[in-house]
Amino acid sequence: MLRLRHLLLAAALPVALATAQPAQAQGTLRIGMTAADIPLTHGQPDQGFEGNRFTGIPLYDALTAWDLSRADRPSTVIPGLATEWSVDPNDRTRWVFRLRPSVRFHDGSPFNADAVVWNVRKVLDREAPHFDPRQVGVTATRMPTLRRAEKIDELTVALFTSEPDSLLPINLTNLFMASPAHWEVLRRQHPTAEATWNAFAANPSGTGPFRLTRLVPRERAEMVRNDAYWGERARLERIVLLPIPEANARTAALLSNQVDWIEAPAPDAVPQLRARGMQIASNPQPHVWPWQPCFLEHSPLRDVRVRRAINLAIDREGLRTLLGGMMQPAVGTVPPGHPWWGNPSFNIRTDKAEARRLLAEAGYGPQRPLNLRVQISASGSGQMQPLPMNEFLQQDLRQVGVNVEFDVIEWNALFTNWRQGCGHPSARGAHAINVSFAAMDPFFAMVRFWDSKMAAPVSNNWGMFSDPRFDELVAAARNAFEPAERDAALARLHAAGVDEALFIWIAHDVGPRAMSPRVRGHVQPQSWFVDLRLPFIQ
Amino acid sequence: MFFYLVRRVLYAIPIALAVGFVCFMLVQIAPGDPINAIVPPDAPQEVVEQVRRDYGLDQPLPVQFGLWLLKVVQGDLGRSLATGRPVWSDLSSAIGNTLTLAAAASLIGFVFGCVLGGLAGTFRGSLIDRLAVTSAVAGVSVPHYWLGMVLVVIFSVQMNALPAMGAGPGGSADWAWDWEHLQHLILPAVTLSVIPMGIVTRTVRGIVAEIMNQEFVTALRGKGLTSWGVFLHVVKNAAPNVIAVMGLQLGYLMGGSILVETVFSWPGTGLLLNSAIFQRDLPVLQGTILVLAMFFVALNLVVDLVQTALDPRIKRA
Repeated sequence: MLRLRHLLLAAALPVALATAQPAQAQGTLRIGMTAADIPLTHGQPDQGFEGNRFTGIPLYDALTAWDLSRADRPSTVIPGLATEWSVDPNDRTRWVFRLRPSVRFHDGSPFNADAVVWNVRKVLDREAPHFDPRQVGVTATRMPTLRRAEKIDELTVALFTSEPDSLLPINLTNLFMASPAHWEVLRRQHPTAEATWNAFAANPSGTGPFRLTRLVPRERAEMVRNDAYWGERARLERIVLLPIPEANARTAALLSNQVDWIEAPAPDAVPQLRARGMQIASNPQPHVWPWQPCFLEHSPLRDVRVRRAINLAIDREGLRTLLGGMMQPAVGTVPPGHPWWGNPSFNIRTDKAEARRLLAEAGYGPQRPLNLRVQISASGSGQMQPLPMNEFLQQDLRQVGVNVEFDVIEWNALFTNWRQGCGHPSARGAHAINVSFAAMDPFFAMVRFWDSKMAAPVSNNWGMFSDPRFDELVAAARNAFEPAERDAALARLHAAGVDEALFIWIAHDVGPRAMSPRVRGHVQPQSWFVDLRLPFIQ
Repeated sequence: MFFYLVRRVLYAIPIALAVGFVCFMLVQIAPGDPINAIVPPDAPQEVVEQVRRDYGLDQPLPVQFGLWLLKVVQGDLGRSLATGRPVWSDLSSAIGNTLTLAAAASLIGFVFGCVLGGLAGTFRGSLIDRLAVTSAVAGVSVPHYWLGMVLVVIFSVQMNALPAMGAGPGGSADWAWDWEHLQHLILPAVTLSVIPMGIVTRTVRGIVAEIMNQEFVTALRGKGLTSWGVFLHVVKNAAPNVIAVMGLQLGYLMGGSILVETVFSWPGTGLLLNSAIFQRDLPVLQGTILVLAMFFVALNLVVDLVQTALDPRIKRA
């Protein structure tokens, strides 16, 4: 009988329409993410920085954190679970971190130096019983010099790096602290460490401002406010995360009141969203959408005059118009005014006459046009709108006599090629590659591209750039341990990079998100992350 | 019949092997690297190599395939590279969701297809026939993801009458056959039903028209049988072929629709395959395709058996 009832109900589907929508509890924020799955919840999220944004920072804390409270300046590193830190003056590979007292994990166990050592070992010590190879990929890569941790006393811990590295405190924002006590309890109920981590992901325990209460893989994660949080408590009572990878589906979900907040609405949906009273939040992110040149013999971009000419030929404002304002013109890896901007003498702007002059000086003109081949993707996380944007550049550069041919490949394949270098067959003779990247951290913003030791396949120096002067600038930055001194060294590195036009800088993403007018208190920082303690539902 | 059944089941073994092998090789041939599901693209080379070793992705391809096969015959489809979760746990919930969607879409598509096709075949050349043929052609021709988006714009965005995405207010884990959940099913089911409806309409129309022209129908009428009586004879004669077509369509629907499930964020096998393809999540891809292929084989077998039962002239010796 029950089955018959089910069939009858299903048969009635095509004609059954109703207007009722479930009422939403006050203080519940429903977020439509771009990810196709809930980012991992065991403490080291996958899904790129969207994972850190939604299942990292809300559920966990790291020793250091990003200041996400302001929209008017770039986010900087602030104390997290560590209140202060310094490098050992006698051994610059040893850092001492003083831990925040009276912090407890969601399961009630205390956070202390033992917990820090345990969390470092989970990704770096292959002999540790709780070592999890699955977490290595998304963690160790973001703190490449960290080697081990050592307890000094209950609230003091020493971290050791493979070489002097002033960037460690920035890297540590990616190492989230999971509860060892909770893991041990689960370990007794599960046969292997791997199974225990899976159980931990379903029932995690961190120190963050929210606690996970429900996880339906691929569908939803629900978290509630942690009323025992050590810092400022969240205003929201509850957050629901929903993976909605398709941009139009996200927009429809917001417009039909199924969610209150969506990440990355399609640019052409923004006017409609605004017309329906939705709020659009955006702010330049530490994100770069460039063409990365190849510096090998076969590449015309080996010539600095050509690289400068192309940087000058691009109409970035026109591109911004194409994207409905959803980009910031890029004239360097970081924008002017940033602590690492420096004082480059090469002023990147739109100046087609100067671009033509430089090209002519390099031997290119109507008789000998410059032909460039660029590897691009048709889509991809962080890639913004790669096809229309690249087609715009193609038309723009044609005006100065540069013919651009695209080698369009799938996003995952482009990623793989990025590791291989422009001399590898996978580059298929490309002179540049279009892979966007995060620039929050100096290593990922500059070092991995401009340090000759980072040449592919070691890291992402795809262009095989090698210049001893830049190696020295990188070493100087790594060895500058006072924040002001370190910023100055990074500024010199960045200015030198701009002067040599080591990228064709095109755009910074502005991280657009759309939200219902009922969402209040949101601050859109100049960061990939947001502080979900701030918004609330009115 | 027993030996026929055994033989068909045995046939499934080489099919499973071939499906697994082809799927494995296709993923290997495709550009990209499964390691990207596990480590970010900016990972240092030594980390990449270490993780590759940890996951056995540094082994020769035949060894990787053999190890996977060994686990499969023991009932273990492996673990997702991206999430570490057992493939079967994700796959089983996805299959359940796809079955729900496919059942609803089949019901809509087959009922409307049979009615429209039956009317068109009976009244061939009439206005009804032309309307049915037009709707059938439109159903087969219209891209269903486009139709899905249009339905969302009309019923979700403009009218705010039906949900635009998801499998229920609390997800599919607490699915119930109540209005709260069924309203999530309407738009994806209608979207997905359009193609089978078109195909079934055309099939039924052709078969009914052909049967109506046969002499035994004239004889039945000549004997004074009522229209209803004639109709029942026509249905009985048309059923085996129509069921064969429906079975195939049901198989396609069970396989899930990557596009429709993505447009509606319906957590079925299509959405699972979609994310597995983009992430090169090899175990999820292989496991899902293998199970779906076996499902298709089983469904075909059931259809054959039903055909035999309906029409004894079809021998299955």
